[in-house]
Order: sequence, then structure tokens, then C-alpha cells
Amino acid sequence: MTAVAEGLAGISETRSFEEKPSVARRSDRIRLFIQPIAVVVIVAAVLTWVLAGDLNANESETLNLPTILTLTGQHILITLVVSVLVVVIAVPLGIALTRPALKWLSPVFLAIANIGQAAPALGVIVLFFLWTGIEGLWAVSIPLIFYTLLPVLRNTMVGIQQVDRSLIDAGRGIGMSASGVLFKVELPLAVPLILAGLRTALVLAVGTATLAFFVNGGGLGELIDTGYKLQLNSVMYVGAVLAIGLALLVDWLGGMAEVWLSPKGASE
Amino acid sequence: MTETLDQPTEQGVSGAEIRLEKVTKKYPNTAAPAVEEFSMTIPAGKVVVFVGPSGCGKTTTMRMINRMVEPTSGVITIGGQDALSLDADELRRGIGYAIQQAGLFPHYTVAQNIAVVPGLLKWDKKRIDARVEEMMDLVGLDPGTFAKRLPRQLSGGQQQRVGVARALAADPPVLLMDEPFGAVDPITRGNLQDELLRLQSELGKTIVFVTHDFDEAVKLGDKIAVLGDRSSIQQYDTPDAILANPANDTVAGFVGAGASLKQLTLMRVRDVQYHTDEVLAVGDHERPAAVAEKLTKAGRVYALVLDARKRPQRWVHVRELAGRQDLSTVGKPVGDSVSVQSTLQDALEAILTEGGRAVVTGNRGELLGTIDIDTVTSVIANVREEHAGDEA
Repeated sequence: MTAVAEGLAGISETRSFEEKPSVARRSDRIRLFIQPIAVVVIVAAVLTWVLAGDLNANESETLNLPTILTLTGQHILITLVVSVLVVVIAVPLGIALTRPALKWLSPVFLAIANIGQAAPALGVIVLFFLWTGIEGLWAVSIPLIFYTLLPVLRNTMVGIQQVDRSLIDAGRGIGMSASGVLFKVELPLAVPLILAGLRTALVLAVGTATLAFFVNGGGLGELIDTGYKLQLNSVMYVGAVLAIGLALLVDWLGGMAEVWLSPKGASE
Repeated sequence: MTETLDQPTEQGVSGAEIRLEKVTKKYPNTAAPAVEEFSMTIPAGKVVVFVGPSGCGKTTTMRMINRMVEPTSGVITIGGQDALSLDADELRRGIGYAIQQAGLFPHYTVAQNIAVVPGLLKWDKKRIDARVEEMMDLVGLDPGTFAKRLPRQLSGGQQQRVGVARALAADPPVLLMDEPFGAVDPITRGNLQDELLRLQSELGKTIVFVTHDFDEAVKLGDKIAVLGDRSSIQQYDTPDAILANPANDTVAGFVGAGASLKQLTLMRVRDVQYHTDEVLAVGDHERPAAVAEKLTKAGRVYALVLDARKRPQRWVHVRELAGRQDLSTVGKPVGDSVSVQSTLQDALEAILTEGGRAVVTGNRGELLGTIDIDTVTSVIANVREEHAGDEA
């Protein structure tokens, strides 16, 4: 090592090691910290208020812990099934559509996914039920997959397309195979965007899962429905607050995944 | 796959000869080929610089060597082996590749970036770790400080060093460099060029270097290929010969104004005959009157005063000597001096600042002689004469 090199290395070390997080990033961090606490506090408050109060017979039939847990469980299951299947379908599809051989197909699939998202979720669920006659979990999950596919599909494609071409050139140039570059460079660098898409999809799924009761799919929508039909405000409160709390919690989990699963150095 | 490529055992040369024969690249739906019947032999262990205007096909030509661009027709051999018959990925693992802005993987640490090719070649972990450390030392980055850093935590120049280290990690006989220093500031670029020359003097790789900066080509190239449209070779010769005698107007245009000044950057003071006939005076011992006498005898007006260790101190005019008791304060201090390693360009600069003769010193600062404008002009005249005959 020459003196020049040493000097140079020394000088350029003054470059700051830690970059200052942007305002947006800071607000994100605060949100990731506060959001779960707020959710837990509000849900606990509402549940204590309702469950500890005087409930009439109608109310206590629905507002008991086993029922609430079952409905919440159903809601989570729908969300889980939808998100897992969306990832399983949309990520490989998104990757395939960015390969040179299949690029020409990408407008077609993006159009389909766009239509899926533009159509009202309830309409899609009801139509699917009318066509197939199935009820329950799958009757709501399959239409919701269609409905929530777009963010993950589009973000997978954009995530891969936005990877600097020179990195792919460098990877191929030093002897990495096409699949090596895909799995070691393109996909890891697309992970932040894919996760952002998944977070959006999750929030959509957990929100629209409240419509599952229309096709006997259960979920927290049933509380709201029962409360409305029987004019029991307390039941509606619990259903609404739990649905909102669950959505915020899922959003928080998505945010955590973005923070922890994104490769270091991938984003600016 | 360094093993698959023949490596000449000539001392200090680990590179392999590259031959291109009538290599053509034609893209579909274009009238003219991007590269047309390009034939060239790139000698083992030499730096050949492709230089030419943007869009002339120099990068395409270089990228055909590692088949990042597949030639439409023609033959390419590296170390005697047909490059077009090998698996492209394996071929590339045996050819170093460095590009503009380094192309480092942002989610890999410096060490991981350097380890990519050895990893592809399935080296064991211990050997890779040792090699990464060796490479970082080679390019002047302290492994302890930088190994675990991410590329974005490095300056542009440091990133470029890592890029070079990554290209060299598997010890390939051939290195392709596509404007690797194009995106860094001029000072850093100069340093990186110096580093590359130092590395090359140790390693003796065959390097194909693409740039549009003719000065960079002159500084780095053992040979320069000036390329025109469709990668046509306008002139392929040593920097010296191209500067002294451009083959045609295209080359002359590319060389630009100041060819003679550029020529000065190629030659070092040790290569020329500098003056050793100054009248000298060792400051502490000699009396001014004796020095004046020496000057008169030699027919000169200036004497050079040295200190006890022969280091030049001051120029003294004969008129300043009259009536002086000692030499310790008279005269004008020596300003700019040059060493034997300095380029003639540095020497000219010193001559101009000193206003006549510049002092040439050795490694310990001792006087070796002086150099003046006549030395420089006669050197340029000689070079021109030498190359006047070799029309391309």
C-alpha cells in the first residue's frame, strides 16, 4: 500500500458513516413504535368497557370471549390465507413478467390485476359466490386474492425493474448466471418494494375480510352485522374497534417486516 | 476459470494474449454494423486503451471479448483458446470486469463484493477470506476498517478501488475496464490511474481499457487504439508514436491541441540528458571570492550553493559575490526542483517558475544536475524525427 493510498483512504473516511434519517423515515419509526401500543390500549379499553358493563341477554350471547376469539380467529385466517396465496402467486408471476421472454405479457396481467382492484370487493365476493355457490373461507379468500393481487404484482415488477441496470451488467460481467443475478441481486434489491406491496395487500385483505359474513365466511364483520340487525350498539362497537385494531396491527407487522427483512444498503 | 486459460510464464506477466479476427457485431434492424471486421492482437501483459468518440463502438468491441455482447461473426481467442466455444458464464469468471461507477452490489459488504467471483469458482471459505484481505491490501483499503462496510458508506474513489479488487479477485489473466474512472473527480481519478499503473507493474495483466479521455489513454496505455466509426482502427500504436505522428486527421483531431505537451508527460527526467556542468559552491567552506573566480573561469554568471549534504540551496549571481564575507545569505533560494522520476512536464513547469534552469535532485534531495528549456525542446525534436518515418 502506498502512502498516497493511505492518505486518500484517510481523507475520504471523513464521509459520514451514518446518514441522517429523513423526516419521513423518522415518522415511520415513531409510528412503528406507537401504533401497536395505541392498538392494544384502545382494544383493551373497549373490551373492558363492554364486557365489564351490564349486558342484556342478546348482547351477552355474542359479546363473550369465546365468540369474539372465534370471529377474530376467522378474520385472521382469511387474511393469512389471502396474503400467503397472494405472495405465492404474485411474486413468481411478477418475476416471470420481468424476464425478457415474457415481458410482452406484462401489460395483460397488469390490466387484469388493475380490473381486480378497481372492482368493488363486495361485488367480486358476491359474484364469485353466485357463480360457484361455495360458501365460507374460500368463498371470501379467492375473490380477495383477485382483489389484493395488484399491489404485490406491480411492486414485484417495479421492484425488479428499478434495479440499476449497471448492477445486472456487473453481475453478468463477472460471471454470475442469469438466475444467480436474479436471486442474489435483483430479488434482494426488490424486497423493500415487494414488502411495501405486501403491506398494502395485507391491509386491503384485513379490511375487506369484514365482508366475509355475506358468504358465511365469519370474521369480525359478523359482529357489526349482528349489532346492526339487532340494534345492539355495543356489539357494533366491539366489531368495529376490533376490525380497525386488527388492520392497524397487520399494517404494523408489515412495517416491521419492511424494516427487518429489507437488505441493508438496498435503499437510500 | 483461470485454469482453463493459458498463462504465459514470462517473468512478471500473468496476462494472456487476446486476438480478435474480423470480429463483427450487427444488431438486427440496423443498416450498418456496430463493429465491422475488427482485427487486433492485444499482447500479453500489456495495457491497451481503446479510445474514440461516443458511439464509435469501442465499448461494444470490448464487451465482445467477454461475450457480454455476442459477436455476429469473427474469431476471438484468449491465451490461444477460442473464447466463443466456452460457456459464457465460465469464460467471464476468468476475465476481470470493472465498469463505470464500480457496479458494486449495494446490499453486499465490501468483502462480500470482492468474494463474488471466488465464490462462483467454489473456492473454500478460508481461501476466499485470505484472498479478500489480500485484494483489499492490494488496492489500498485497510481490511479492518472497510471489509464490513457497505458500498454507500464509501467515497466514489474507494468504491472504484473495490471494483478493481473484485475484478482481480480470482486472479484472471485478462482485465476489461469500461471507463472505470469516468465518474470520479479529477484528483481522485489521477490517483486511481497511478494506483492502476502500480498494480499493473506488479501483476502484468493483459488489460483492455476503454475511455474517451485521450489524456487518460496516454497515461495508462502501453498501446493506444484510436477508433473511429464502426470501431474502425484509425491508429494502433504506442502513445509516443501517436502523439508524435498521428496517422490521419481523425487521430490528429482526437489527440487535440498540445500533442507536444502531452508527449512531455510520457518522458521522465531520468530518460534525458540533463546538465551537470553547473558551477557549485558548498556554502560553509568556500569564500565568495573563490566562487567568483570559478565563475569567471567557467564563463558563467550563476553559481549554485549547496549545503554540506549536497542539497541545492540558492542561486548566486556573480555580482552579488563582490564584497561578501561568506555565502550563507547571498542569492535567491532554489524554488521548484524536480527528481529523476518527475515527468518532463513537471520539469517544464519548474523551468518556467524558476525562470531558466531547474534543479534535478536524487532520492535524498542531493544535486544531480540541472535542466533547462533547451533540453526539453531537443527531446521533443528527437521524438518527432524518430517517428517521422513510421507512417501508419
